[in-house]
Amino acid sequence: MSLSEMEDSLSKASADNVSAEAFSSSVAEAGQLSVTEMEAVAKRLRRHIISMIGRAGSGHPGGSLSSVEIVTALYFRALKHKPQEPSWSDRDRFILSKGHAAPMLYSVLAECGYLPLDELTTLRQLDTRLQGHTDCTVTPGVEMSAGALGQGLSFAIGVALAGRLNSQKYRVYVLLGDGECNEGQVWEAAMAAAHFKLDNLVAIVDNNGQQIDGWNREVMNLDPFNKKWQAFGWRVIEVDGHDLTRLIDAYEQAKLVKGQPVVIIAHTIKGKGVSFMENNPDFHGKAPNAEQVKIALKELE
Amino acid sequence: MPGQEVSLRETYGKTLVELGRENPDIVVLDADLSRSTMTCFFAKEFPNRFFDCGIAEQNMAGIAAGLAASGKIPFASTFAVFAPGRCFDQIRMSIAQPGRNVKLVTTHGGISVGEDGTSHQSIEDLSLIGSLPGFTVVVPADAIETAQAVRAAAASYGPFYIRLCRPKLPLVNNQDYRFNPGKAVTMKSGKRATIIAIGIMVVAAVEAADNLKREGIDCRVLNMSTLKPVDEAAIIKAATETGAIVTAEEHLEHGGLGSIVAGVVVKHHPVPMEIVAVKDTYAKSGKPGELLQRYGLTAKDIEQAVRGVIKRKGG
Repeated sequence: MSLSEMEDSLSKASADNVSAEAFSSSVAEAGQLSVTEMEAVAKRLRRHIISMIGRAGSGHPGGSLSSVEIVTALYFRALKHKPQEPSWSDRDRFILSKGHAAPMLYSVLAECGYLPLDELTTLRQLDTRLQGHTDCTVTPGVEMSAGALGQGLSFAIGVALAGRLNSQKYRVYVLLGDGECNEGQVWEAAMAAAHFKLDNLVAIVDNNGQQIDGWNREVMNLDPFNKKWQAFGWRVIEVDGHDLTRLIDAYEQAKLVKGQPVVIIAHTIKGKGVSFMENNPDFHGKAPNAEQVKIALKELE
Repeated sequence: MPGQEVSLRETYGKTLVELGRENPDIVVLDADLSRSTMTCFFAKEFPNRFFDCGIAEQNMAGIAAGLAASGKIPFASTFAVFAPGRCFDQIRMSIAQPGRNVKLVTTHGGISVGEDGTSHQSIEDLSLIGSLPGFTVVVPADAIETAQAVRAAAASYGPFYIRLCRPKLPLVNNQDYRFNPGKAVTMKSGKRATIIAIGIMVVAAVEAADNLKREGIDCRVLNMSTLKPVDEAAIIKAATETGAIVTAEEHLEHGGLGSIVAGVVVKHHPVPMEIVAVKDTYAKSGKPGELLQRYGLTAKDIEQAVRGVIKRKGG
């Protein structure tokens, strides 16, 4: 069996084994949930991520799983948004800069009601609205086309400046990867956001410590990470990025900061929730096979 | 009056101020070159709607995209060599792919920048920006066309690129000229060959046509100020009616006006063609006139190319 035949058969096997049922059950409507309810949502998001990437046969599970609580606390607590009206002009914006975590974003959008849950099975297929990396021209609720790293913070600054010019009260949240912070553009933007005193802007870094080639500190050391942001003029809040209560607090604290932007450095584990994916850089951009999907879903029951 | 030398950049700056007064959604960004691109006029009158991004073109492109996504009409300016050159991927993914309503107006295009040398001479920008789906690309030939192209950019929705040069240029249009995006302008009529030019080369094309006329060769001259979407009908008509085409641009031979025109000609009506452009090389420091001469971008070069294509088509 050739490699491509093997890949075909694997992806077919996973497609057969991962039925649409795996995507069932959603919260009735997006709104304020209790922490216990949000914990259940987070688990469902992880199941969606595993199922959809397994079915697609490609995708990025590691950085999707690490950012699950970050977006759960945002979408079900901090954000003012209307899933039935994605272009509501006063909505708080969530901008995913680390576009490879698209399965995570699609999952939370589906849980909120922006997308039908069963559409999650279409990830990465021809003609799908759920492109491999986010594409704002096709997916409701996706603010920006990402995937080319380093661009989200700059875009977020533009959105925040427009909000200020229009005297609109919306807040702008942008999720960056820690590896993404290798990109020089991130620091151009970091400088500018502080210069423009954008206190309606919150950057969140999914600080899972890893990038494609391994641990950040071995590939391209970011330390001292918090001091870098401070030196660029940002208020820094550090939290356990898997602790919903702490994340909710951090978003609330950020609202009180005036005259400067806030960065929430969320310490996370890449591949969080699936034993064989945790801290395993192999699963940055590799889909689980059918057997691995089964094991992962079992762990996430 | 025709022939009078007027700065395109200054015209851009003044037009921005007028637009700013007419529409509160117009905002302007620059990357620490506002006194060269002339966005400084807008900055002075509308400080709250002007964002100097510092020497950070990638960030500027992204900020412009974010402003556009939120209903503003951003004009972002720097030298043509830095946008698209310094921020191509940002323009591609943050502006072109989502079709953001961003207006990139760059100055100091081409080798007529002069003494600053290679690093500041943009001879690749039209190829880069022209490769992006959805972009309108305009290279005005004089100040009158510049003012109208800037207004057309503000009035239309979608990504728009306007390339201006550093030197003042003689007016080639009358005050009653009306720029029509996507439409070539016939500057001279003629039957033996057609010269299609953009930007600074339009003046040279007109001069070449006048000189050739004295030799008994009458040439059509088209100002193809909209490079994209290009006026295919005018090109096909020129190929059909004159049977020979010479293009002239202040850009590399590859990927600019010549390539675009050749693509249309080959597809619809193949005729002999010559491309007057910078050959596969970088230019150096020198006075604008000296450089245009050294790198083959003068009326004389166009005339020689015209004689060549006429010979190839058999007289």
